[in-house]
Amino acid sequence: MSKTPKADELSKIDYMPPKSGWMDTPVEFKQGFWCYGSKAKSLETVGFPNPRQWSPADEDWKLPENWQEIVLKGFKERLDKYRSFKVFMDICVRCGACADKCHFFIGSGDPKNMPVLRAELLRSVYRGNFTKAGKILGKLAGARELTYPVLKEWWYYFFQCTECRRCSVFCPYGIDTAEITMMARELLNLLGLNTDWISGPAANCYMKGNHLGLEPHAITGNIEYMLDDIESITGIRIKPTFNRKGAEILFVVPSGDLFADPGTYTTMGELMLFHELGLDYTWSTYASEGGNFGFFTSNEMAKRLNSKIYAEAKRLGVKWIIGGECGHMWRVLHQYMDTWNGPADFLEAPKSPITGTVFENAKSTKMVHIAEFTADLIRHGKLKLDPRRNDHLKVTFHDSCNTSRGMGILEEPRYIIKNVCSHFYEMDENTIREKTFCCGSGSGLNASENIELRMRGGLPRANAVKDVVEKYGVNMLANICAIDRAALPPLMDYWVPGVGVTGVHELVANALVMKGEKERTTNLRGEPLPGVVETREERRKREDRRKEVGRRRKREEG
Amino acid sequence: MKLYNLLSEKKSAILNRWYDAVLDTYPSDTSGFLKGQKNPFLNPVGSTIFQGIENLFEELLYEKNPHSPPHPPLTQGGQERGKGGMGGLSGERASLFLDNIIRIRAVQEFTPSRSIVFILLLKNAIREELKNELVERQLLEELLFFESKIDDMALLSFDIYMKCREKLYELKVNELRRLTFGRLQKADRIDKQENDLKSNNNEALERKEVNK
Repeated sequence: MSKTPKADELSKIDYMPPKSGWMDTPVEFKQGFWCYGSKAKSLETVGFPNPRQWSPADEDWKLPENWQEIVLKGFKERLDKYRSFKVFMDICVRCGACADKCHFFIGSGDPKNMPVLRAELLRSVYRGNFTKAGKILGKLAGARELTYPVLKEWWYYFFQCTECRRCSVFCPYGIDTAEITMMARELLNLLGLNTDWISGPAANCYMKGNHLGLEPHAITGNIEYMLDDIESITGIRIKPTFNRKGAEILFVVPSGDLFADPGTYTTMGELMLFHELGLDYTWSTYASEGGNFGFFTSNEMAKRLNSKIYAEAKRLGVKWIIGGECGHMWRVLHQYMDTWNGPADFLEAPKSPITGTVFENAKSTKMVHIAEFTADLIRHGKLKLDPRRNDHLKVTFHDSCNTSRGMGILEEPRYIIKNVCSHFYEMDENTIREKTFCCGSGSGLNASENIELRMRGGLPRANAVKDVVEKYGVNMLANICAIDRAALPPLMDYWVPGVGVTGVHELVANALVMKGEKERTTNLRGEPLPGVVETREERRKREDRRKEVGRRRKREEG
Repeated sequence: MKLYNLLSEKKSAILNRWYDAVLDTYPSDTSGFLKGQKNPFLNPVGSTIFQGIENLFEELLYEKNPHSPPHPPLTQGGQERGKGGMGGLSGERASLFLDNIIRIRAVQEFTPSRSIVFILLLKNAIREELKNELVERQLLEELLFFESKIDDMALLSFDIYMKCREKLYELKVNELRRLTFGRLQKADRIDKQENDLKSNNNEALERKEVNK
């Protein structure tokens, strides 16, 4: 990053040394860049240490007296347990290749958002306590003590990393910076220092099977509403099953897709697709979460939450599992599940009952991403599709960090979109596929109180969207991740107003010609299909339906 | 018009000074990256600022010249944003160019005043670049006039900055509202379910199908 200053820059040099170097500059907690602290109740639910009422803005975080000892002991345990962690602490040569690859650094300009410096926050303490050079030479060897301000700095910056791993793609040593963040968060969790947005959902999932804490009747109730809507659009009444023993396939989605638009349209799409195929599958109201906020807490917590899906698969006696459109769910599945809870040898290697394709890549985890499943269906000509129904859309695709970098799902969603839409445009090559930019809200950062952080973290992504909007008139941003579907709408609203957000299976279902369907006049969102001129009668019906939904919601609101 | 010709002649030198001054509002580790990386996709902040100040500078020059042809139509998105009713300036165009930069600075580590200071930094850039010419050619009057245009832009910047911040609050409120609504919905459904269960039980009791 260094460069030779120009003559006039030299003349402006201030010969006073900076007031303090990065190590000695204590972190300042700025409103909008941090999330609220974890609640005592959430920590108690999962048996985590130090449950108490606290706020990150308080001077006193109410830590146990021997907090340093706890952290350093935890640090040592992890260095011994995870060889990768030890290597990542030692191996970095500070070449700076990662420095300008982080969306938070690009958007914020805060040097401590450079992945190398963020990791250095941890490494400096590592050197000071676990290396000879650091113990003897101290600051000269880049070492420092673990003090209260250092701990606060950890908390502030390790919850400003979305574990997206874009920086790792450029690291010559392949250091997985996300794993450094994970370790830092594990250490913070030893003191009860999590965010409410992460520990709340993790506790919900532990108790009720999903992040939102939806109980079985709420899940079936939400899906019933979707079925009503599907019926009024297609004339077909779908009857999915719940917790059905002996089904061939268990279907697990991120619970956000059961709850909030536009994710619910994705779920409607999946319901319609499976109905059309006559798939022998079931939903579970217990393993009702594909995502895993334990993954943003600690390895142990992630393992506990992941195990529920497999316990349920065993209980129901299914043969294999399909997972919905989710992001980090797939990094968990692809890279960690097998070590934690695998191999799932009570299940069978996933084989599509429609095409006969065996998903070799999922032989051990027995779980297939729905994008893989659907792409295979289209490849074998098993779906009747009418892409013209999506003709009003100019679509671009945002690769989710975890599905692209975490398991290499690059082609499948594109293949599907190109088959169900007529207008598809790629964003700049530096911002897609394995080089994709994060939505800015991953790894449990999609709270409301840190909206400034999310907006600046999402700037590089939004900037690339803006380009295709100006060049091609793109109006829809497709993705295969529930956090994207929650985080991208406000991001677009701030940076590129007018761009919608959709899951891929919403597009599929709109194009899907179902057996026995009535002539469709609207898409899943209730908007008129392109080329359809509504009669006065139809318009009245549509508005009545909308009013009815409004009334229904109002009634429920009480 | 002497000053205007001079400004056009020295446009690139002034812009470079202005650009450097704006980037110096970032930490030194960062400004190197912002200046160095030319790919707009890898450096949206630097490239937006550079493009933005160039457009603003041209806009300032354009306004004075009575022989200027009519403005070309705006091609960038968001035309409807910020139709400020500026006295001498075409508020719409200036707003759009300012908006691109301020929208970014409104979510960065700046206080409100530091967020919009970049527009005032143009004054310094011009004074420094044209130090000798301004005295030799007696351009004070023209300079004062030009600088008042910059002040106009600074005022416009306040409006835009507030709009960006208000948008952020709106996003926050919308998310909270959605969340709260969802929770109410859920709570109500649980309540209803329990009531249903209770009344079913009561009915069953009344029909003496079950014992208490």
